[in-house]
Amino acid sequence: MDLFEYQARDLFQSHQIPVLAGAVATTADEAEAAASKIGGKVVIKAQVKVGGRGKAGGVKLADNAADAKEKAKAILGMDIKGHIVNKVMIAQAAPIESEYYLAILLDRANRNFLVMASVAGGMEIEEVAHKTPEKLARVGIDPNIGIDKAKALEIVKGGQFPADVLDQVAEVLIKLWQAFVKEDATLMEINPLVKTKDGKIIALDGKVTLDDNAGFRHPDHEQLVDHAATNPLEALAKEKDLNYVKLDGQVGIIGNGAGLVMSTLDVVAYAGEKHGVKPANFLDIGGGASAEVMANGLSIILGDADVRSVFVNVFGGITACDAVANGIVQALAMLGDKATKPIVVRLDGNNVELGRKILNEANHPLIQQLDTMDGAAAKAAQLAAI
Amino acid sequence: MAIFVTENTKVIVQGMTGSEGTKHTKRMLKAGTKIVAGVTPGKGGQSVDMDGVLIPVFNSVKEAITATGANASVVFVPPKFAKAAVLDAIDALMPLVVVITEGIPVHDVAAFYAYSVSKGTTQILGPNCPGIISPGKTNLGIIPADITGAGKIGLVSKSGTLTYQMMFELRDFGFTSAVGIGGDPIIGTTHIDCLRAFQDDPETKAIVMIGEIGGDAEERAAQFIKEYVTKPVVGYVAGFTAPEGKTMGHAGAIVSGSSGTAAAKKEALEAVGVAVGKTPSETANLMRKILNG
Repeated sequence: MDLFEYQARDLFQSHQIPVLAGAVATTADEAEAAASKIGGKVVIKAQVKVGGRGKAGGVKLADNAADAKEKAKAILGMDIKGHIVNKVMIAQAAPIESEYYLAILLDRANRNFLVMASVAGGMEIEEVAHKTPEKLARVGIDPNIGIDKAKALEIVKGGQFPADVLDQVAEVLIKLWQAFVKEDATLMEINPLVKTKDGKIIALDGKVTLDDNAGFRHPDHEQLVDHAATNPLEALAKEKDLNYVKLDGQVGIIGNGAGLVMSTLDVVAYAGEKHGVKPANFLDIGGGASAEVMANGLSIILGDADVRSVFVNVFGGITACDAVANGIVQALAMLGDKATKPIVVRLDGNNVELGRKILNEANHPLIQQLDTMDGAAAKAAQLAAI
Repeated sequence: MAIFVTENTKVIVQGMTGSEGTKHTKRMLKAGTKIVAGVTPGKGGQSVDMDGVLIPVFNSVKEAITATGANASVVFVPPKFAKAAVLDAIDALMPLVVVITEGIPVHDVAAFYAYSVSKGTTQILGPNCPGIISPGKTNLGIIPADITGAGKIGLVSKSGTLTYQMMFELRDFGFTSAVGIGGDPIIGTTHIDCLRAFQDDPETKAIVMIGEIGGDAEERAAQFIKEYVTKPVVGYVAGFTAPEGKTMGHAGAIVSGSSGTAAAKKEALEAVGVAVGKTPSETANLMRKILNG
């Protein structure tokens, strides 16, 4: 889960990482009130989970609370690269002397964590890495050892931070590591980390990604979920514990196992090229799927107005094909007249004979069975064409 | 020959007394796996009847090894307790630990992986993987044993169901071993480890490698193939249609910016002479052509 900037700010603050006063607002009036409470000049920042908002006009300086209201009005509702701005953050304005960069992230390739620290902040770190690699320290962290004062200082020196801020930045790095571990993050980035004119080090903007797998350790993370941005079908699927991603095509997809479902999307996309259709979703009913799970999945897909045909692609490993077939039959009985879209089914593997027999005997007008994945994908794509 | 595990591998099941553990212990026994013990802390001393076979339960991996001489472990312990289970196995110097559990926090995986590297005595397969099967010999994990038998193809895959699909497509040839390495951001055994083992295994004549979006493991595997592998390799990559920034089922299956795309992986593999199929069936046909000469 990616956090908004204001959530990252609050999280940083709760781990004693220095941040400026800030508040979040969903209306111009709220923004005015927040600005008035903070006092003086403030910065109004669009809260979107995408880069480049500054260039898009999503960050504005306001002289006072009245001005903050106007600026917030202009930013709220803005479309930044397809992300509608529903919230703004009102942050205290700070006299900045220097901008630095500090981040900890999961390093898949090296199977550990990576600290990146640079005296050159405020820009894309890829650009720093490309143009002035000598100004960027990249240091792998053993998760069982972590970052102590000596390590932090070594990293910060490597990032060419000036002598007068070494201690302060090292302190921030240690706190950032503690927060990273404590919150089960996979990314914590401060960009820019600034030195103010009075010599203080402050995290001015942050990006945080939290590990969804660690949710059981963090019941408090649930409140960070952006329900407004969650697609209603995705929300419904989540309630039913289904792994669903809404896409923008016409062929509804259900399969078992993440790899097979991804593969099914691709095969449908190829087959759909000549019909001008694409997959409408990713839906993995998982290993060991029962009839009930199948029924839940099918009803979500048939509830998607964009879907014109459905492809159920199951290779029964642990999942038994007869359970899948029963699930399809039950779902259709449950949905009755509401089910109007053709369903192409390809079953193979565990109990396939029985599964196919159940579907044949059900003899439902919407169901067609095909023997191969490629053949079934072609059929589903054809049925989705107008 | 098979890679990593053979008919002589003595296996313990961590979390055997749980429902998943029990179900799959029975399946593995049926497939011929030599399961010698289960480990569940606090339940040591009892024996569990697995469809007529009595399997003793121990409190720790160390006790299980001392009593049975086990040299591989399969872990079905729930995410909350998985880290402790794997650390227990590493401390007991278990040579191979197959972690089936899905949904382990990545900080826990990073910790037990780093610990295994520092000890240098344990190979980890997974987590979030279907395990490894050497058909006709042994089966550690949840791969169905009845899809196909022993043969001359080696298979390594990030995905469980695509492993099954590919074994099914090539069931007329059979496999030396099929390894599901898992779809998490951090995994123990990699594509490269399996490619090396298959290259070194005289009975494996050709290799199928299945990848998916996320990370750069396939790109690095391509480089390794160029440097080390002389046997024919065919490849398949899932996730061409995956949108950027969305996790597709597996925790590690995500395209971030321009990195981790299926297209980049396919290109890297083709650049080193690996034929890459557009669909699983087409990939199987590429392999069929190679084996039929």
